[in-house]
Amino acid sequence: MSLLDVKKVSRFFGGLSALTNVSFEVNKGDIVGLIGPNGAGKTTLFNVVNGFYKPSKGEVFFRDRTISGLKPHQICQQGIARTFQVVKPLQRMSVFDNVLASAFLRTASRVEAAELALDILQFTGLSEERNTISRGLPLGMRKRLEIARALATQPELLLLDESFAGLNPTELNESIQIIRKIREKGITIMIIEHHMKVIMSLSDRIVVLNYGEKIAEGTPQEIRHNPLVVEAYLGETQSA
Amino acid sequence: MKKYFPFIIVGLLAVLPLIGLSSYVMHILILVIMWSVIGMAWNLLSGYCGQVSFGHAAFFGTGAYSAGMLYSKLGLSGWWGLPASIIIVTCFALVIGYICLRLRGPFFALATLSMGVILRIVAENLVDFTGGDLGIMIRERTWVEKMWYYYIILAIACGTFIVIKMVIESKLGYYFVAIREDQDAAESLGINTTFYKTIALCLSAVLTGFAGAFYTNYMGYIDPKVVFALHDISIVTIMVVMVGGVATFWGPAVGAIIMVLLAEIIRSIPTLGTAHHTFFGILLIVIIIFLPNGIVGDFPKLKRLIGLARRPS
Repeated sequence: MSLLDVKKVSRFFGGLSALTNVSFEVNKGDIVGLIGPNGAGKTTLFNVVNGFYKPSKGEVFFRDRTISGLKPHQICQQGIARTFQVVKPLQRMSVFDNVLASAFLRTASRVEAAELALDILQFTGLSEERNTISRGLPLGMRKRLEIARALATQPELLLLDESFAGLNPTELNESIQIIRKIREKGITIMIIEHHMKVIMSLSDRIVVLNYGEKIAEGTPQEIRHNPLVVEAYLGETQSA
Repeated sequence: MKKYFPFIIVGLLAVLPLIGLSSYVMHILILVIMWSVIGMAWNLLSGYCGQVSFGHAAFFGTGAYSAGMLYSKLGLSGWWGLPASIIIVTCFALVIGYICLRLRGPFFALATLSMGVILRIVAENLVDFTGGDLGIMIRERTWVEKMWYYYIILAIACGTFIVIKMVIESKLGYYFVAIREDQDAAESLGINTTFYKTIALCLSAVLTGFAGAFYTNYMGYIDPKVVFALHDISIVTIMVVMVGGVATFWGPAVGAIIMVLLAEIIRSIPTLGTAHHTFFGILLIVIIIFLPNGIVGDFPKLKRLIGLARRPS
């Protein structure tokens, strides 16, 4: 059964078409990579799924119900959480409070929310930083805080927008481990990522966008050898 | 010690009038406590939830007029204005919130600024309804002695403090701060930002309205230029919190003490009296540059500054 079903979604900004007729499905428990050159419409697609933008055409279904037209907070309540490419921590709050604020989504009790928040900080390896004001965190930690915060809303589907960009090799490995652990919990994940090694090793399936259109979809193996994808990334193939 | 601090303060304030203070000192104390209430209310909306309001006079005046008009139109005691203002001010806040809360940041601030001014003009011109510029006079004062007013405003202040402390330490408070820090992030974390901003606005408005209703009963006279005043109410509210400390529990109280005393002191100097707003302006500039988090928020910094000044001697 597909958890997320994007059906013929288009999104226009004035005359510019940021997404054209994009369709794909995400199965429960999968990790789906979303790749494409800069400006291909990856983040726009996340914004459509997450509710910041309404699709100009087409519809998005989550658990077989349409979610297009709902507000971001309603979509989050239904079980889709996201992180931001440009991190948006709640700057003047501590790391713990950041996670606590999102943990309140499914409970009004402070004790329960605090328990959940501590669990998640442990899970994402941020326990030691819990009292740091998030403004002062290094970028790697802030990226991870984004993931922690999204997890605290107890989502079924997690949208990660370049959560690996700008990390050093150690942080990168840690983050990959965290993503694997999240999947083991049964949470479905969609990742936007430019880091090919990461996306090829993590994803079960990959969707490729170029100029707002889906140009390929398949397993990492298939994508690697797809001429259209190679062309989008490397330019037209020269006849040797 | 720190846990009992609020109780000690309230205890001290409760016995203070028993030592026989002059009615002038009592008046100052009442004003200080009233401004703490307004400051705490503003702090909830603008300090914690980040929706800076330049028009709290709108709610103060609405509260004051609901008390005054219950008396002048229906012949009820002005004290009914306290419960009545919960309903009336909430309705007003919902209308204002519906219009203004779709705006963000400075646009919201400007919209609230205009709300205060609009309400003043309405109150001035609906002569049959509000009495216009003549204002409303409460002819039968409930008490002559100031002591009772003192205890009533003290009770309102304690209630306000408890409400705000409970709100801030609960889910609501975390949501408010999340909205202040990043509205888009808050929205994508499942927080219905419009809804929670409306709650913050209504709570803040009702508490401010309480202070307004109290003001009518205490002063016995209100007119639109006084209770809907831009500089004497809306701006002083902001100053009280800015001076004391934005988004701190004790900031509004500290700010109220300083602002009321300062106003009294400056006004008592004959040649400078009329220029007291100038001093407030200068004070605000100094605070923003040197203590951007206010006296309570920047207390460690303040202590260090004073410590530095003392060291050479």
